[in-house]
Amino acid sequence: MGAVLVAVLGASLVGCSSTGGKRAEDARKAAAAGGRAAVDTPRWTFGMVTHSGDGDTFWDIVQSGAKQAAVKDNIKFLYAHDDEAQQQAQLVDSYIDKKVDGIIVTLAKPDAMKGALARAEKAGIPVITVNSGSAESKKFGALTHVGQDETIAGEAVGEELNKRGKKKALCILHEQGNVGHEQRCEGAKKTFDGKMQNLYVTGTNMPDVQSSIEARLQTDKSVDAVVTLGAPFADTAVKAADSAGSKAEVDTFDLNEKVAAGLKSGDLGFAVDQQPYLQGYQAVDLLWLYKYNADVLGGGKPVLTGPQIVTKDQADELEEYAKRGTR
Amino acid sequence: MTATAPAPAPDTQSDERLLKTSPLKKLLGRPELGSVVGAVAVFVFFAIVADSFLQATSLATVLYAASTLGIMAVPVALLMIGGEFDLSAGVLVTTSALISSMFSYQMTANVWVGVLVSLVATLAVGVFNGVMLTRTDPPSFIITLGTFLMLTGMNLGFTKLISETVSTKSIADMEGFASAKDVFASTITLGGVDFKITIVWWLALIAVATWILLRTRVGNWIFAVGGGEEAARAVGVPVAATKIGLYMGVAFGAWISGQHLLFSYDVVQSGEGVGNELIYIIAAVIGGCLITGGYGSAVGAAVGALIFGMVSKGIVFAEWNPDWFKFFLGVMLLLATLLNHWVRKRAEATK
Repeated sequence: MGAVLVAVLGASLVGCSSTGGKRAEDARKAAAAGGRAAVDTPRWTFGMVTHSGDGDTFWDIVQSGAKQAAVKDNIKFLYAHDDEAQQQAQLVDSYIDKKVDGIIVTLAKPDAMKGALARAEKAGIPVITVNSGSAESKKFGALTHVGQDETIAGEAVGEELNKRGKKKALCILHEQGNVGHEQRCEGAKKTFDGKMQNLYVTGTNMPDVQSSIEARLQTDKSVDAVVTLGAPFADTAVKAADSAGSKAEVDTFDLNEKVAAGLKSGDLGFAVDQQPYLQGYQAVDLLWLYKYNADVLGGGKPVLTGPQIVTKDQADELEEYAKRGTR
Repeated sequence: MTATAPAPAPDTQSDERLLKTSPLKKLLGRPELGSVVGAVAVFVFFAIVADSFLQATSLATVLYAASTLGIMAVPVALLMIGGEFDLSAGVLVTTSALISSMFSYQMTANVWVGVLVSLVATLAVGVFNGVMLTRTDPPSFIITLGTFLMLTGMNLGFTKLISETVSTKSIADMEGFASAKDVFASTITLGGVDFKITIVWWLALIAVATWILLRTRVGNWIFAVGGGEEAARAVGVPVAATKIGLYMGVAFGAWISGQHLLFSYDVVQSGEGVGNELIYIIAAVIGGCLITGGYGSAVGAAVGALIFGMVSKGIVFAEWNPDWFKFFLGVMLLLATLLNHWVRKRAEATK
């Protein structure tokens, strides 16, 4: 369907662009390694269930890591997501019903997933938790947790803000109800010597995000740093700061192509990356190791994929990888 | 409601309303017929494309998904037959769970106290909706939209104010939790398969709602206020009381769903439930309820919920890309509505 559409559109176009676009993307893809399994283990099926909403770039990157590892490890990889806790638990149930060989799950709303993880354990399916829920992972019987400790990541942000001599910061929470987000802002508050305030915005509604930040910056001229908790919101915060005539530096959690470009151009101060690609990749790989060799990584502690503070210095190569959809 | 107005009888002596209609004609006149046909089609479809769909455990998961939606879809269908909407139903579920949890925790009360306080508070929201609607001018769409926004804000605001985080604190170690969990969130094992108790609640609600609609005076009132408010008032139907009662019915469903959320997970996320109100309406419409009121059935809404459960979980069992789920839902909604419309037209044509 998409291919047909592209073909029809392509045929009807008179002028072609010699830069960028689908052609450049295809060339990049061709340059990347061909996908073939590197092992001869049986074809196991792993299912991943996340708390992502519809159409979230971050989870696309996690998936691309997971898929890459799945190809390498000869795994059939399934993915499902729902941002309502009850629905997410039901999706895990569905995979247990399917008798998959391994489950990867996020614990953004840990209590809701407790029962589902217990059922997986009863069915003898190994579980690895990723991204959120490092505190509960072991308690719920998961093999290990791959992700970033949100409090530690927040603390890193606070320290970085001190280094940059900031005095008053805003923490933009775009998902009310997400415990991990609260922890990030709490952590930043803890280590930041200046004053930090929380601002709640509706992450599913970008214009609303922009106007909320704008309004806050207009009313409080002394804010000199805005910290967003997701890459897509960094760009919006920059726009908001511009139109509010504020000199505040925008910093963000997580990366994407735009953030990398923003770091390069100096629109953004720094980004705290938790390396989502690594979370997906490692989760699949660790499950494979467990199935193949009963290996468990981390010694009972979470395997941390962040925080990694990235600035203008690393922006060049990051931009290239972000374009590829792996950072 | 079966519309049984047959062709002009040769015997003009008898009252045309007392004439017997053939069973087939009766069946064709049922509002839920279209949805039952749709449900069978969806079931067969997923049985073919997803090999694990027909396992007992998979069907239990599907039934659970359908019941959590159906508990709300049934009272919402009654409300829609009565000609009104409730856009606050989705967040009211969360509100109900939050009230139980926080009241029990803050007062260090037996959990059942919180559950009952929550019942009163949730029903009060239903009464508020109903009274606002019957005492003022705006349509229910606008009034419940206001309630929806207020509840969404109150869920977050109060939770943050009282618990200092966006989710409530665990009440799993408090007195009464175990027995309340048995009532609202336990699992019944039949033949080695775990069925959730929500399925029982769901079936009970279908039975009660169907009995009210088809066998009681109140049922006639509901159809009457939905069919034509002024006409109903003229023949002495208590319009205001009926509508307030219908909103209380939705609130009762929200209370059951909310308690289920709480006792399944013992912690409630304050930001959830937004958007579910439309899914309840979709289930009711797929089940043959008319958006204009006066026509529909509780069984139909339950079947609508079942279809929804089968599709949402069937996509997972079939290993399809979940990105397309909403697309399928939209297609299904349109097909079901067209089918319902066609069935109704046929039924009316044979009169």
